[in-house]
Amino acid sequence: MQLMTLLAGLALATALWSGVQAINAEARASYDAAAATLSEGQFAQITARDGGAIPHATYVALRRAGWAVSPVIEGRLEGVRLIGLEPLTAPGGLGPVRLDEGADLGAFLSGEGQILARTETLARLSDTGAQKVPSPDVAPNTALTDIGLAQRLLGRAGEIDRLIVANVQPLTRASLAQVAPELVESPPPEGGDVARLTDSFHLNLTAFGLLSFAVGLFIVHGAIGLAFEQRRPMVRTLRALGAPLRRLIALMAVELAVLALIAGLIGVGLGYVIAAALLPDVAATLRGLYGADVAGQLSLRPAWWLSGLAIAMGGTAVAAGGALWSLARMPLLSGAHPRAWAMGRQSRGQAVAALALLGLAGTLAVWGQGLMAGFTMLGALLIGGALALPPLLTQVLRWAERLSQAPVAQWFWADTRQQVPGLSLALMALLLAMAANVGVSTMVSSFRLTFTGFLDQRLASELYVTAADTAQAEAIIAVAARDADAILPLLSAEVTVAGLPAQIYGARDHATYRENWQFLQAVPAVWDVLARGEGVLVNEQLYRRAGLDLGMMVPVGAGLTLPVLGVYGDYGNPIGQVIVTEDLFRSQFPQITALRFGLRSDPARVESLRVSLRNEADLPDTAMVDQAALKAMSLAVFERTFTVTTALNVLTLAVAGFAILMSLLTLAAMRLPQLAPVWALGLTRRRLAGLDLVRAIVLAALTGALALPLGLALAWALLAVVNVEAFGWRLPMYLFPLDYLRLGALALVAAALAALWPAWRLSHTPPAQLLGVFRHER
Amino acid sequence: MNARTFILAVLLPMQAMAQGFAGLGAAVEDFAVPVPGRVLEFPVDHGAHPAYRIEWWYLTANMTGPDGTPYGLQWTLFRSALAPRDGQGWETPQLWMGHAAVTTPEAHFVAERLARGGIGQAGVEADPFSAWIDDWAMEGPDFDNLRLRASGADFAYDVALRATGPLITHGQNGYSVKSAAGQASYYYSQPFFDLAGTLTLPGGDIPVTGQAWLDREWSSQPLAADQSGWDWFSLSFETGDKMMGFVLRGSTDYTAATWISADGQTTAFPDGAFVAAPQEWHEVAGREVPVIWRARLPARGVDVTVTALNPGAWMQTSVPYWEGPVTISGSHEGVGYLEMTGYGD
Repeated sequence: MQLMTLLAGLALATALWSGVQAINAEARASYDAAAATLSEGQFAQITARDGGAIPHATYVALRRAGWAVSPVIEGRLEGVRLIGLEPLTAPGGLGPVRLDEGADLGAFLSGEGQILARTETLARLSDTGAQKVPSPDVAPNTALTDIGLAQRLLGRAGEIDRLIVANVQPLTRASLAQVAPELVESPPPEGGDVARLTDSFHLNLTAFGLLSFAVGLFIVHGAIGLAFEQRRPMVRTLRALGAPLRRLIALMAVELAVLALIAGLIGVGLGYVIAAALLPDVAATLRGLYGADVAGQLSLRPAWWLSGLAIAMGGTAVAAGGALWSLARMPLLSGAHPRAWAMGRQSRGQAVAALALLGLAGTLAVWGQGLMAGFTMLGALLIGGALALPPLLTQVLRWAERLSQAPVAQWFWADTRQQVPGLSLALMALLLAMAANVGVSTMVSSFRLTFTGFLDQRLASELYVTAADTAQAEAIIAVAARDADAILPLLSAEVTVAGLPAQIYGARDHATYRENWQFLQAVPAVWDVLARGEGVLVNEQLYRRAGLDLGMMVPVGAGLTLPVLGVYGDYGNPIGQVIVTEDLFRSQFPQITALRFGLRSDPARVESLRVSLRNEADLPDTAMVDQAALKAMSLAVFERTFTVTTALNVLTLAVAGFAILMSLLTLAAMRLPQLAPVWALGLTRRRLAGLDLVRAIVLAALTGALALPLGLALAWALLAVVNVEAFGWRLPMYLFPLDYLRLGALALVAAALAALWPAWRLSHTPPAQLLGVFRHER
Repeated sequence: MNARTFILAVLLPMQAMAQGFAGLGAAVEDFAVPVPGRVLEFPVDHGAHPAYRIEWWYLTANMTGPDGTPYGLQWTLFRSALAPRDGQGWETPQLWMGHAAVTTPEAHFVAERLARGGIGQAGVEADPFSAWIDDWAMEGPDFDNLRLRASGADFAYDVALRATGPLITHGQNGYSVKSAAGQASYYYSQPFFDLAGTLTLPGGDIPVTGQAWLDREWSSQPLAADQSGWDWFSLSFETGDKMMGFVLRGSTDYTAATWISADGQTTAFPDGAFVAAPQEWHEVAGREVPVIWRARLPARGVDVTVTALNPGAWMQTSVPYWEGPVTISGSHEGVGYLEMTGYGD
């Protein structure tokens, strides 16, 4: 029994840690891939002025002139969008090909080649001899392959549609006009750069990885502590029989190390299984669906194994250190009584430490500077919150006891209070688990709301098109005036505001903006004032960096300054942005004509609009971005993140529930002397068991009540402190009461399940055993 | 090591072998294998040998600026074949990788290029000689008169090379054995280039003069399975004599050396004649690398200390390694280049 609880406790804690690590790594990977799919647009592109194909010779001439460019060909194959890339020259991180994640580049380049796409897309492609590689991170209805194969499949040998321009270029290179005057370079399109937003999410996931580590440590500590509690009588006996203390301790330490190693190994394996079961991607990897991708996964595993074993061994060492120390100091004869009951004496010290830590967290929240302070604050908040739990619980129970009248109720509260020290470690684990869950769901959901809101705001138009020149722009306007509901020209210029580089945009006064844009702060009727040309809008980056505020004046072009009317969130953008009306923009920058347009249309007619643009304005598919597809893609990514969140909830609660079970089992034997008199006074065993069940639920409920503010504080610290320090903007925090309620219910269920077996055992305790308490023979 | 590096390491086995990646030592399959007794023919052998798996054109130079500041320069073109054939267009299995570097006493600049063969982006022509990848090139009317160019994000160079001595071969007339088990490569050098030209560094252009050493080597399986890396020395002594020596590190070290007298006469020394031992290590890019060596060739009375000009000359490329200029003191004085692969990762 003792062995089982110890092994299971350690293994579960390790499983929790390694499972979260695995999920975390997988989530990061899929985020990276999704970001990459969204972001061919983070690179400038070179296309032919006439919209036609670029010959191989021109590509080679550009390379030989020093241009770091990579060729892309694109076309339709049996209705599927087929993109051909050149992996050796493609800028790092381009495309979800995951060539940099362990795919077989040799197979991609030689023989019949490979085609990467989602399974359903692959099913639609007839057999070309190329190996079909399922790749869930490729955008829907899109297939990726090597440029050579793509040219062959599309029947366009020697043709290139566009060249991607790497962000880093060599020091010396000839100008484009010199090498290939028939080509034109266009800057990266808007809205593609989600990298920084993704970075922020990664940071938060890492923070929660650490959090799960803390939960795991607590549980390991609890498991070891309880194991030692149970052994005190045996140690006393052995010592009384003459076994030397030093040898006893050494033996126990070795035994623990071996157990920790075994439990750690089981735990890591279990964690991997859990992660695989919960994450379709990892499971797919295991089934070999990814084929070559396995290499990328395998390279992660040593880190999991090592960190999983480290937490098992480290946690054991920390926990056993304290336990062995107290064992070493145990007087020879007085050690028979388990000491769980005496832990109450530590509670004052704990309360002081908790207050100090929470005070530190508060101080850092107000005055702290830098990322380190942010993380220190997180740590202080967590440990302080956990340490504060037992004293708070005791206090609450004392009040309840005072308020209750009936003797049984009074006894119930008093007995519950007496059990707090014995259960405190398990309850702290539950607190941390719940706080982590509240934090995770708040963070992830806030992130999702912000991100989708941002996409809605930024990509409100159904279709975005880019013209190669003014003539094509006019053709687009002609088609759109007939077929689209509204044309929103996107006018922009580079300016300097308060010494910082910024972009200035001209916005047409249209419902699209009025309905979709949200402001962090703004004057009343902001769009009306803006439409009258009496002010500007600025993004959060500029607002923070230039120290602007509503009403402050911002220079707009030559000799004109206007007040700030509103500040909007601009999460993907590294530089400052100013928005003025279209009229004002045109009068300030008359030389700039719009080449990019947002087109509003009934979503059902977007496809026919595309077709007319393709046919009448000669606009290639690459110059049209359908936002519905883009949004659907990013939302799918978030759904996967929610799987992660759910997995984390289930995992942490299961482990915390197990900790409670262990504590209750350990306490059960010790509590007989307390229960026997109550039983003798007339309370049936059944009633007593029922009360025990209620007690577990009450304690879990109280813990949950405390976990909610702690979890919210954690989420706030991550979103508003750590994120601002790391990235310069604040992610707005949203609350999700229903999620919290569901989580609370889950915690109660976990606690009740944990208490069920001990309660059942109590209800079936033979009366003789209870009677035995009254014989002085313990 | 990140995953991309891993891929390229697998893809481009010339260095990967030195890094000890499992399995690469085994799969020679249909590639041609060097045999003793083949006479190297020029200018044909200056060109590419697509039937062999790997090949390189490897130039290093020791130079000085107008104020006497020493500089080092590297220009390397690697060829790696996925299959033993050539061809036109994207289907060719020939892949190319370029590495360029400039080393100053304080800084080390690195750039890398990758390219597919078959489309003209990279390749080598024997006569007139031209080796290129993108805008990097080593080319000229013949192998004795070359112009060398390369550029990275923060540096560039453009120098002229003029041979003042003959081509020399290593091992048995160019058949260079690389392990006790008999792995070998074809290996010849032009160690007698005079160099003059311009380095473009963040501080501006610097005119330089110096000496360069060009190595040519091709094979399909240069290392034995147990060999984890190598330490390669090219030393130019003030007497005009030169020496090439390498240590292939494995379960037992395998060494070889070539003594090149000032008039171009060569003597090849078998395993064990050349000895090199690390004297001092330096941490660079998170790993320990020996940057001061004691190198000895007792048969020629050579017992020198070889010291890196800049211990941080780390090539942070797809397959990372250390490569940089050195100074020589002890029984002989001079300068040279040191390449070390297979440390860390």
